[in-house]
Amino acid sequence: MDLIRIKNVEKKYKNGVTAIYDLNLAIEKGSFVFVIGGSGSGKSTLIKMLYREEKPTKGQVIVGGLDVAKLKNKKVYKLRRKLGIVFQDYRLLPKLTVYENVAFALEVIGEKKDSIRIKVLKALEEVGLKNKVHSYPDQLSGGEQQRVAIARAIVNDPKLLLCDEPTGNLDPDRSMEIMKVLEDINKSRGTTIIMATHDKEIVNKMKKQVITLKDGHLVNFKQKGKYDNEAI
Amino acid sequence: MKPFRMLGRSIRDAFKSVIRNFSLSLASISCITITLIIVSIALIASLNVQNFTKLIERDMTIVVFLDSDTTEEQAKEIEEKISDLSNVSEYSFQTKKEVKIRMQEESDIFRTVLENFDDENSPLKDTFQVKVKEIEKIKNTAQKIEKMKHVAVVRYGEGMVDKMVKAFSSIEKVAYGIVGALILVTIFLIINTIKLTISARKKEIGIMRLVGASNFTIKTPFIVEGMILGMLGSIVPIGITTYGYVAFYKHFNGYLYSELIQLIKPDPFVYQISLIVLGIGILVGMIGSSSAVRRYLKV
Repeated sequence: MDLIRIKNVEKKYKNGVTAIYDLNLAIEKGSFVFVIGGSGSGKSTLIKMLYREEKPTKGQVIVGGLDVAKLKNKKVYKLRRKLGIVFQDYRLLPKLTVYENVAFALEVIGEKKDSIRIKVLKALEEVGLKNKVHSYPDQLSGGEQQRVAIARAIVNDPKLLLCDEPTGNLDPDRSMEIMKVLEDINKSRGTTIIMATHDKEIVNKMKKQVITLKDGHLVNFKQKGKYDNEAI
Repeated sequence: MKPFRMLGRSIRDAFKSVIRNFSLSLASISCITITLIIVSIALIASLNVQNFTKLIERDMTIVVFLDSDTTEEQAKEIEEKISDLSNVSEYSFQTKKEVKIRMQEESDIFRTVLENFDDENSPLKDTFQVKVKEIEKIKNTAQKIEKMKHVAVVRYGEGMVDKMVKAFSSIEKVAYGIVGALILVTIFLIINTIKLTISARKKEIGIMRLVGASNFTIKTPFIVEGMILGMLGSIVPIGITTYGYVAFYKHFNGYLYSELIQLIKPDPFVYQISLIVLGIGILVGMIGSSSAVRRYLKV
């Protein structure tokens, strides 16, 4: 079963720049996919279209049976509840503790307090931060903050986890820690993960599927791909 | 229950936000306070004007004096004609004797002067007191009565009273205009203050959207916050209205300048005004905050 189907998608920004040209993709449930490409290749735009931050100008983007392009602003939350998103800059709330930051994602969708507690602690255990529950984000290292963000993204048990350069601010060792956490989530929960990155080492080590984009065009989509310098 | 849980969280968040952004909250509150004070004064003034114009209108009568030599039968005829007029709401008839007795009761001077007259040579006349349904048509009705046989003189407010009524009603309109304009200005001020508190929480709203909070969930705490600000802002105006009006009423013994201009009794008037002021405060806060937050929910 394909979780994501992208058909004839074109994205042209209002300033006239075309970020994606006629893209066709199908991503299977449970897969781990890297999206690579240089700056301006359209990888961020692709990720943004998947969580309906941007609408495609043409074509269809179907995520879990939902046509994202046709989704009205008011209904965007229905899509967002099905997926988790992780960013390069973590996007944690500084005034809330680690626990509260993760619980926040469940509170705003109206979960019960008891089930929030169970789910939050489970998610924090998965990312290895159970002993930092009461810390504030600024008391944590970058890698730890990113793991909190991952915990927040998976606490709702989404089918799809989108990561936009999650290791962009981290050194190679911390980056590998994050990758290990993501791989565990992919295996244990069966969560489909799509990760935009330009970290050559990670892509080569992980041996996952790789989508290569160049100037808005799909170059190739390989199983167990490598970071192909020439293609970029 | 999920909706109640969400509402509880909204209310909690709203109170937190009011306290956290206290200086901004204070700005909104004082702005609402000032407006509501003026609104309540305008409201009290215009309702009082409305009240005594109604009282005056109700008391406005046409007094019809009949010729001295009118017989009882002729008076009856006139009575029938008067009751046939469409604008007449009620009327009463007083004979010379009754008029004399009433006047003697009213003052000692009248008593001694009128002692000297008996029915035959009385300077007094049989009179009808006619009340009209529509005050605007009083002149027309008076003219009709004047044309009847045996009617000597017809008296009514003759312009003075209805000019006063017209003046009052224009004062009332101006007061309503001022109230409306003030409410509008306050809404804009609240939109701006709440926008500031929201822009401080832009990041939070962004994250809420990312993790799948519906627009309703995001909006509710801000709207509740606006309502709280409105409520807090109406405390002082309600106090001023309640105590101020009671003091004002007592100081003037219930009327202004002459007994013609009667003030509305404070109970239950001040409570009604307080409720209206509270309602306006809450509504203004709500409208202000919901239109402020709407701009942040567009993607």
